[in-house]
Amino acid sequence: MQVPAPFEYERATSVEHAVALLENLGSEARIIAGGHSLLPMMKLRLATPEHLIDIGDLTDLAYIREEGGEVRIGALARHRDVLESDLLAERLPIFADAERVVADPVVRNRGTVGGSLCQADPAEDLSAVCMALGAQLVIRGSGGERVVPMRDFHVGPYETAVGDAEMLLEVRVPLRPDMGSAYEKVERRVGDWAIAAAGVALSFDGGTIAEAGIGLAAVGPGTVHLTRAEDALRGQAPSEELFAQAAKIAGEDCAPTADQRGPVDYKRQLAGELTHRALRRAAARALQQEV
Amino acid sequence: MQVTMTVNGEELTREIEPRLLLVHFLRDTLGLTGTHWGCDTSNCGVCVVLMDGEPVKSCTVLAAMAGGHEIRTIESMEQEGVLDPVQQGFTEEHGLQCGFCTPGMIMTARALLDRNPHPSDAEIREAISGQICRCTGYTNIVKAIRWAAEHEAAAAPGS
Ligand SMILES: Cc1cc2nc3c(=O)[nH]c(=O)nc-3n(C[C@H](O)[C@H](O)[C@H](O)COP(=O)(O)OP(=O)(O)OC[C@H]3O[C@@H](n4cnc5c(N)ncnc54)[C@H](O)[C@@H]3O)c2cc1C
Ligand code: FES
Ligand code: FES
Repeated sequence: MQVPAPFEYERATSVEHAVALLENLGSEARIIAGGHSLLPMMKLRLATPEHLIDIGDLTDLAYIREEGGEVRIGALARHRDVLESDLLAERLPIFADAERVVADPVVRNRGTVGGSLCQADPAEDLSAVCMALGAQLVIRGSGGERVVPMRDFHVGPYETAVGDAEMLLEVRVPLRPDMGSAYEKVERRVGDWAIAAAGVALSFDGGTIAEAGIGLAAVGPGTVHLTRAEDALRGQAPSEELFAQAAKIAGEDCAPTADQRGPVDYKRQLAGELTHRALRRAAARALQQEV
Repeated sequence: MQVTMTVNGEELTREIEPRLLLVHFLRDTLGLTGTHWGCDTSNCGVCVVLMDGEPVKSCTVLAAMAGGHEIRTIESMEQEGVLDPVQQGFTEEHGLQCGFCTPGMIMTARALLDRNPHPSDAEIREAISGQICRCTGYTNIVKAIRWAAEHEAAAAPGS
């Protein structure tokens, strides 16, 4: 039977309280949100925090709303809230695409958006989603708030820009005109982590692609940001040839390793194919041609 | 530390170690061994209980985190000698063999039917997709849950 090593437990009653506790307790203190990444790691003793600060009572951080041309998602929104959000289904369907295949329904009742992004697992699905969407992350410390773009948020595998005495508060996704988004994932069985997955967001200006974002999960040391493919798409009219070209770049620019989920060449091939499918679907959604 | 929570309708307070998992609190501290424990990786789902009405894996929740919440376990399903329709469905449709996964399956099914009284087979399969059964091949579990849905609909007033 595996159980976590001993620690002290405190419940935060407000964001200010959580941040003050983090500051007072130092680097051996960790936030626990849903606990569905942290507790499994603590059982394996891969994580041995001395203090846990439970933010589960901060339910006013569980919102999903549209404000100032952005969709804003509170750090404590659970996977299930994201999956069932009408606002996200209408504005950013990439979230529902991804959430349908994040873990299983029971895990989705507990795991949170903030915990997912802060876990910074290279195979984590919402990180690829947020990368594709060019999300901005609001981080809170005792000195106030700062905003970090998703591309700078993960500073290494399992490491983020959130400091020891800070917490993630909110995810902000800019809404663009004529926007379409999609997520494609292949896993070995229901509820498993991705073998590879691709998130795409496109926005259009007349007949051409104005903005393109692509994030890949599970095929690199972190979430893969496909800047070269994005550059190739921007300013172009959408076509099968163009998407095939971007997909080829995806296969080249990812950096998978061989493991029990498959060899490198297979994963590269899959990353390309999933990028291609997500591009097609995102474009069809933006141009309202989805079948 | 002290934790206070409601388990099967009864509020109780116990002295616990912060690292105690809810599954062990239920089984070892309270002696409610109907909730099973089957893995260290949060994958198997035999430990599912309802927390504020929603299924959660009790091996991946600290007992301390459950403080202030309402927990419902398999022990609360039979009331005064009458089985819950989901339990009845499992007996009618042979929804179990060894029974190890059954408490978790029944709790998830109960939460599903409370939210969605007329689920399709696909919705039933999706709801239990985080739980493993090594015996039945799932077909009879799906039938058992469908049995419960149909009998609850028939028994509901006005239907
Ligand atoms: C069986 C299983 C299968 C899974 N499959 C998938 C999958 O297919 N795809 C996928 O993407 N994920 C998967 N997950 C992970 C799941 O999505 C987790 O819920 C998620 O990664 C972590 O969310 P949490 O709220 O539980 O975080 P926690 O475990 O509570 O925290 C994770 C980390 O983030 C930190 N943290 C949490 N919230 C904050 C905050 N607001 N500010 C600063 N730091 C914070 C914690 O200190 C900790 O370091 C799976 C998990 C399980 C158990
Ligand atoms: S004991 Fe296996 S998921 Fe909880
Ligand atoms: S009945 Fe044996 S594991 Fe399901």
